[in-house]
Amino acid sequence: MKKMKKALSIVMTAALTMSLAVGCGSKDAGGSSTGDAETIKIGGIGPLTGGAAIYGQDVKGGAEIAVQEINEAGGINGYQVELNFQDDEHDAEKAVNAYNNLKDWGMQALLGTVTSAPCIAVGEVAYEDNMFLLTPSGTAVDCVKYDNAFRVCFSDPTQGVESAKYIGDNGLASKVAVIYDNSDVYSSGIYEAFAKEAENQDFEIVSTATFTGESNTDFSVQIQKAKDAGAELVFLPFYYSQAALVLQQAAGMGYSPIFFGCDGMDGILGVEGFEAELANNLMFLSPFTPTAEDPKVQDFVKKFEEEYGHTPNQFAADAYDGIYAIKAAMEEADIKPDASSSDVCDAMKEAIVKIEIEGVTAKSLTWDASGEPSKEPMVVKIADGDYAVVE
Amino acid sequence: MSFISYLINGISLGSVYALIALGYTMVYGIAKMLNFAHGDVIMIGAYVALTAMTGAGLPPLAAVLAAMVFCTVLGVTIERIAYRPLRNAASSLAVLITAIGVSYLLQNVALLIFGANTKSFTSVVSLKPISLAGGKLIISGETIVTIACCIIIMIALTLFIKKTKAGQAMRAVSEDKGAAQLMGINVNGTIALTFAIGSALAAIAGVLLCSAYPTLTPYTGSMPGIKAFVAAVFGGIGSIPGAMIGGILLGIIEIFGKAYISTQMADAIVFAVLIVVLIVKPTGILGKNIQEKV
Amino acid sequence: MKKIKKMNKTTKSNFITYLMVIVIYLAVQAMSMTGNLSSLMKGLLIPLCAYVILAVSLNLTVGILGELSLGHAGFMCVGAFSSAFFSKCMVDVIPSSGLRFFLAILLGTAMAGLFGFLIGIPVLRLKGDYLAIVTLAFGEIIKNIMNLLFIGKDSAGFHFSTKDSMSLGLKEGGTVIINGPQGITGTPRDSTFTIGVILILITLFIVLNLINSRSGRAIMAIRDNRIAAESVGIDITKYKLMAFSISAALAGSAGVLYAHNLATLNAQPKNFGYNMSIMILVFVVLGGIGNIRGSIIAAIVLTLLPELLRGLNDYRMLIYAVVLIVMMLFNWSPKAIEWRKRIMVKIRPGKKKDEKEAA
Repeated sequence: MKKMKKALSIVMTAALTMSLAVGCGSKDAGGSSTGDAETIKIGGIGPLTGGAAIYGQDVKGGAEIAVQEINEAGGINGYQVELNFQDDEHDAEKAVNAYNNLKDWGMQALLGTVTSAPCIAVGEVAYEDNMFLLTPSGTAVDCVKYDNAFRVCFSDPTQGVESAKYIGDNGLASKVAVIYDNSDVYSSGIYEAFAKEAENQDFEIVSTATFTGESNTDFSVQIQKAKDAGAELVFLPFYYSQAALVLQQAAGMGYSPIFFGCDGMDGILGVEGFEAELANNLMFLSPFTPTAEDPKVQDFVKKFEEEYGHTPNQFAADAYDGIYAIKAAMEEADIKPDASSSDVCDAMKEAIVKIEIEGVTAKSLTWDASGEPSKEPMVVKIADGDYAVVE
Repeated sequence: MSFISYLINGISLGSVYALIALGYTMVYGIAKMLNFAHGDVIMIGAYVALTAMTGAGLPPLAAVLAAMVFCTVLGVTIERIAYRPLRNAASSLAVLITAIGVSYLLQNVALLIFGANTKSFTSVVSLKPISLAGGKLIISGETIVTIACCIIIMIALTLFIKKTKAGQAMRAVSEDKGAAQLMGINVNGTIALTFAIGSALAAIAGVLLCSAYPTLTPYTGSMPGIKAFVAAVFGGIGSIPGAMIGGILLGIIEIFGKAYISTQMADAIVFAVLIVVLIVKPTGILGKNIQEKV
Repeated sequence: MKKIKKMNKTTKSNFITYLMVIVIYLAVQAMSMTGNLSSLMKGLLIPLCAYVILAVSLNLTVGILGELSLGHAGFMCVGAFSSAFFSKCMVDVIPSSGLRFFLAILLGTAMAGLFGFLIGIPVLRLKGDYLAIVTLAFGEIIKNIMNLLFIGKDSAGFHFSTKDSMSLGLKEGGTVIINGPQGITGTPRDSTFTIGVILILITLFIVLNLINSRSGRAIMAIRDNRIAAESVGIDITKYKLMAFSISAALAGSAGVLYAHNLATLNAQPKNFGYNMSIMILVFVVLGGIGNIRGSIIAAIVLTLLPELLRGLNDYRMLIYAVVLIVMMLFNWSPKAIEWRKRIMVKIRPGKKKDEKEAA
């Protein structure tokens, strides 16, 4: 036993040095790519691995395209922009690690994080450091609690309230069922706001069923409950990858109510191999549709498809607009590469409320000091296997 | 009526668990290791089948065969490189941890090759759904095929282990490796064969899992893998009929729990039932209770 | 030096373990003072402490008691949530963060210990893989329940619900403290590296002393041969429960540290599910089952590794998995151990005699 212990501790030490060596080696590699101090450094954080990787990778893709365009057009204030996107595995602790890593790298402003819970954790640290934070898709209210934090997407309550209002105002249904992910901040956040607003609308929530992010393969019970309650509309405030399953299973059970989703639903037609006809009459609240006629949107979609081989979703679009917002604010504040992140933050929180950008998620995008964007939500309806905006 | 409909849903979910659990329990019974990477082999199998169908345009049956061949090779390779060197390690936990490493590895390889995007799986089952009681009860083709596969595999495995020479060798190895070796059984070969069969079963399970629940991501295999592990223990790990019973019961409990108690507590209910069963019957439903010797 | 030589072997080994922790602490503090510590490393210090405590405490169950537990993160979860709840409620009542955090640690540890005790009673009747799966089940249940717990506070006192925050029926001005899946946000960030290291030292003190005590020897006797231990009159249930509850309580203290390091706390598979339990188990096995010092080193190495690999971008987790497998093979494979011994003999021929004696 003693012998083994000794050998083990030696091996572990060896492993430690080895991993440190690997780490240092990689750090050097990272260092060489940072280049000189003549670039503006923007950090990005989101899940690139793990169950939420789809969202993080799309944000990364959208942001990279924007950065590429900006650099081709001469950069920000005449300086090239560098984007360093770090993985947080959709975990608050890892997100803070990623944030600290980016700080070491010399990040001047942060695009992120992608998901809500990590965003709240990073928001806290970023506030202490006075680092400018713009989250493309962190929807929880607390994500932009502090004055240095802004977001591109709608907040959870906005989405829930707007959805309820839309359903009520347009008399889409009198009986509504809700299925939501009760292990997810985004999904439960929207549900709560929706349920609250529903009391003011003349429809009734007849069935509420949940699932958890882990056991999300079988929705038969949740659908059956909605069906048994006679719901004419099923509200699905969660992401399209799971919604695709709900639609498929509902079709298999011969149940075809109106399905209504939120911005997470965008991208459902991009699921490879998904039968688009299943999604016919699916409606969702989204600021972005890849088929919009706007040349700006089409240009973005084309570039994204060429680069990554699939249609961008709203995450990618939010990130694209996010980078342009950072650019506009940096130009307004006249940010230079040698400015410290704290100075950048002070200047940019003043600047961002003054700018107006034309983005892919809105014709006109402005911010107020609360951190919320002002843009009109659009309702998108899928018809004939394609997205169409409902006026 | 909704009761029967829930029951059918439960059986159809359970049959998928059962199919995965068969592979789990087979490997456990012979190699005495919890192969945590089994769920991820399932995911790889599904990706291979999908690629074979959409990329290479193979007919579904050929795609399943391709997936089985690929997974067999993969399973045997994993066993050779990552598990075999640790077979005689001081603790059996070592190989468990390596299996976790293999699980991470497979997930990340899949992430790099296939991307994080959800892919919709084209069902390999062309059987039309059966509708009973005037369309109020619908049994999908996937459910029928999955259950049929489960039963066929269960019987075939049982016969294989009981009747064939290789099967006898497996039983001998599972009883006592040392003694088996002395009797002239090729222990390494037998365990490799076990992994080959287990991985081929994983490929079938992957294809049927994704046919029934048609989305595929690099993480598709992990939760069903854990659930199937629970199912295998539930039925008595190492027992082939036990895996089948455990899987189907687990599916039914999960669906009934959601339907009649609370959708929020579904997972908690499944695990609570498992705890109760194991406390009453500490080796699972069909598990053998081996008396400890002094 | 003379003193160290005089000590017996276990005391010496324990002494080295304490010394290691203190030396690392001082080194890190020195680096921090002189500004040589990157923000990444600074941010990692508290999580590292939490993981070290988790690894050491799980080693008590796995290495010393000899039972495989896959639900360790559940106890961490209990500690984290109960203490964060406490701190959130008391943030106005007890303004001193030191005192509040001290009480939070006591509460979190006690709660986790209590859960460990209650869960241990049924669980410890089982054996082997069955025991493992039941601990996994309890861990998942704890996580699941945390996701449906809604607790709010208003002028009328506390309100509970398992449905949603609206059904709490809070009056005007009430606040939701635990908001189901959204968990607890705005926990005061009271954790510091120094407190973390103190907790590590306390954990080590408890575990190492337990191992070398009469109770510890009884526990190890149960591990080595339950029937023999029983036949010499050792109360199996008592000692098993003792080890299991202490292990759970220590995991709870790690949870407290974890919860007070992040502004947001919600029970996700990643941080409190079986993924985390398995991760802790990986630390223990890689570091050597029953080897406390090994657990500390393994926890540090495996937590740092993915962070240090950030430069590899897309290949980061892939390389991490490969390194994990290779380290496992290198540490555990009988062939690798033999090979290492041969190398060792070549490098330090004098050692050969020592090792033979030790064996």
